Amino acid sequence: MTQKLTTLTETASQTAGPYVHIGCIPTFAGLGAIYPEDLGGSPISEGAKGKVITITGSVYDGTGWAMRDALLESWQADASGIYAGQPNADPAVTGFCRFAADGTTGEFTLRTVKPGRVAMRDGRMQAPHIAIWIVARGINVGLSTRIYFSDEDNATDPVLSRIEQRPRVETMIARAQGGESYRFDIRLQGDGETVFLDM
Amino acid sequence: MTDDYDTLPLIPRNRAVHPDPYDPGYKTTMTRAPSLPLLSLDSTVTEQTGPVFGHGVIGTLDNNLILNWTKGEAPAVGERILVHGRVLDETGRPVPETLVEIWQANAGGRYRHLKDTYFAPLDPNFGGCGRTLTDVQGHYQFLTIRPGAYPWPNRGNDWRPMHIHFSVFGRAFGQRLITQMYFEGDPLIDRCPIVATIKDRGQIEQLVAPLDMSRAKPMDFLAYKFDIVLRGRRQTFFENRPEGM
Ligand SMILES: [Fe+2]
Repeated sequence: MTQKLTTLTETASQTAGPYVHIGCIPTFAGLGAIYPEDLGGSPISEGAKGKVITITGSVYDGTGWAMRDALLESWQADASGIYAGQPNADPAVTGFCRFAADGTTGEFTLRTVKPGRVAMRDGRMQAPHIAIWIVARGINVGLSTRIYFSDEDNATDPVLSRIEQRPRVETMIARAQGGESYRFDIRLQGDGETVFLDM
Repeated sequence: MTDDYDTLPLIPRNRAVHPDPYDPGYKTTMTRAPSLPLLSLDSTVTEQTGPVFGHGVIGTLDNNLILNWTKGEAPAVGERILVHGRVLDETGRPVPETLVEIWQANAGGRYRHLKDTYFAPLDPNFGGCGRTLTDVQGHYQFLTIRPGAYPWPNRGNDWRPMHIHFSVFGRAFGQRLITQMYFEGDPLIDRCPIVATIKDRGQIEQLVAPLDMSRAKPMDFLAYKFDIVLRGRRQTFFENRPEGM
């Protein structure tokens, strides 16, 4: 026998299910009247510093079908690489957004500011990125990935550097489409499967 | 909890205490579970920080699902219950002032959602979602009705046990968790393929809320207690630059 550890065990995840919108984006489910507005409807407000960008994409299942029921959340730094709650953060950037795949087309849109580079604890810099969390029916534990940008220098990013199969890095990079538009598709399974993170 | 604690790295997630992502008993997972391994790395500031919501966004009826849909005009149909508990992290610290959101079916097992076509009727007095912030000790509570069990398309005749969906933020994006609470004594728990995606029996038991008569109100409502544990943070006395980083 040994001494007993006093740490607790994390509560097990369960799927968000097909009706996740009721709790997270009530307007999407048809419950618009419940709150004054959906939480996290936009990660920025008027006057946010930096370049406003729009990222569109779809979440594809293993058959290549664009899921109509995926719900996504994003978390990011402001244009200077500072997170809300840290000193000197841009007050017009909450950094958090909730958005859903369209019920008809399966396409999602995230309108935000491009984040700045973010320092690691040891001072090394991470390339600009947005953390993404995906939940849906059939996803038992929410899936995490990151959006990087094709028009940034990602060469020394400490996370992307750890991807052994170099072609897979591309699955975490949003493609600049000219102007302020980017494309970022997420593939849950199979060909071109997105790199999902456990961090 | 100090601000210093909130800057520490997260304890790596123990995937063995979570459901299997791919489980043929729950058919939809077969096309939605990644087939390649996750990339496991130490958390960075991106995962260690997260959105914080203030009391300003929470309305007075937001944690009362019996009344919030009708703005207090008329109560929802169903067995009245209080659901309460604490949000803690793995180190046992309470998680203060964090957002807890719930959603659920009505007493007949029907969701108020454009996509739910089950023929159990909607309750005109029930919306089915609520939210609240934990207090400084991590306590939260909701007043609601006990949701009904409902059938769902999976195997030939699968039914969901009575359950409430929970979404919890914690104080770091890496702590983000969505789970479901079940009710003590429900015989459908052991028949549910979604519950069965969790292979650790003890972890299933942690999702089953016991009846808590100490919080039930005579002649008004029963109570169930549901504590939630989020990832904790790791003390960092000896920091080395990891190999290859
Ligand atoms: Fe459900």
